[in-house]
Amino acid sequence: MAGRKAAVERIPAKADVGPAKAGPHSGAKRTPLDLDRVIHERLRLGIVSALAANERLSFTDLKRLLRTTDGNLSVHARKLEDADYIACDKSFAGRVPRTEYRLTAAGRRALEKYLSHMEAIIRAAKG
Amino acid sequence: MPDALHDHALEHLRYIRDTMERAGAFTALPGWGGVAMGGTASVAALVAGPPRETTRWLAVWLVEAGIAAAIGLAAIAWKIRSPGAVFVARPARRFALAYVPPLAAGIVFTAVFAANGLIARLPGCWLLSYGVALTTGGALSVRIVPLMGLSFMLLGVAAFLAPASYGDVYMAAGFGGLHIGFGLIIARRYGG
Repeated sequence: MAGRKAAVERIPAKADVGPAKAGPHSGAKRTPLDLDRVIHERLRLGIVSALAANERLSFTDLKRLLRTTDGNLSVHARKLEDADYIACDKSFAGRVPRTEYRLTAAGRRALEKYLSHMEAIIRAAKG
Repeated sequence: MPDALHDHALEHLRYIRDTMERAGAFTALPGWGGVAMGGTASVAALVAGPPRETTRWLAVWLVEAGIAAAIGLAAIAWKIRSPGAVFVARPARRFALAYVPPLAAGIVFTAVFAANGLIARLPGCWLLSYGVALTTGGALSVRIVPLMGLSFMLLGVAAFLAPASYGDVYMAAGFGGLHIGFGLIIARRYGG
């Protein structure tokens, strides 16, 4: 119980900004609870979750879906790219540039691990 | 304090689920299925020809509607076998709740039009009803779905304004052309 209490106090409510290079190959930074900080941040978690339910999504669709701004989405998508959790494909539809994202195998594994972690926390808290 | 950690984890799980559900709202839309539906509709337009006050013309399109519905359902079933599909159930239900009523109204209109000698005016009725169904069903989806619905609605209005003998052209352009065009876009952008 004391251990669990300590864990509660140490977990950041919203851990932000993981390392610029924090992929599975570079050793993602972890919270004290060993949560993957790269996807623990809310918007990044949203990006990964949305891409887990879709083969690919455009920048515009992601922005609309997650109700965020261009800048915010760009910054967090870049962090996920740096971690090799998502891949970015740039193309042109006529003369209009088009940016599409898709989840990588590493990103899907990271999300699955994160989900398991959350479920484990809930089970543990229920005792 | 354990409650705080528990709540925190629950909140994160809820956020993941909600995001996947909202994102999944359009994963089930069939792209290639739409193309196939457009193909069969184009064939039906050729077979049926211009609208006439005959049961044959009506029968051709009713059979086509059944085939298109079967293709659409099969395509959706095929598409939602993806890993994230488990999250599609709730948005799919929401989509159906908004999508089905305009179609049901279209069925009633069909019976009324046919009973009153207005079979030749059914293309406008069908295009408009289907367009409304897509627009309302797709209101929470990606922009392309309501856009597709609006295109059907515009064609429906145009079909009502045009001479009835052009009905097959509007049917081919709508259920054929729009399905194929938007189906290709959906398949390319959102998979299958």
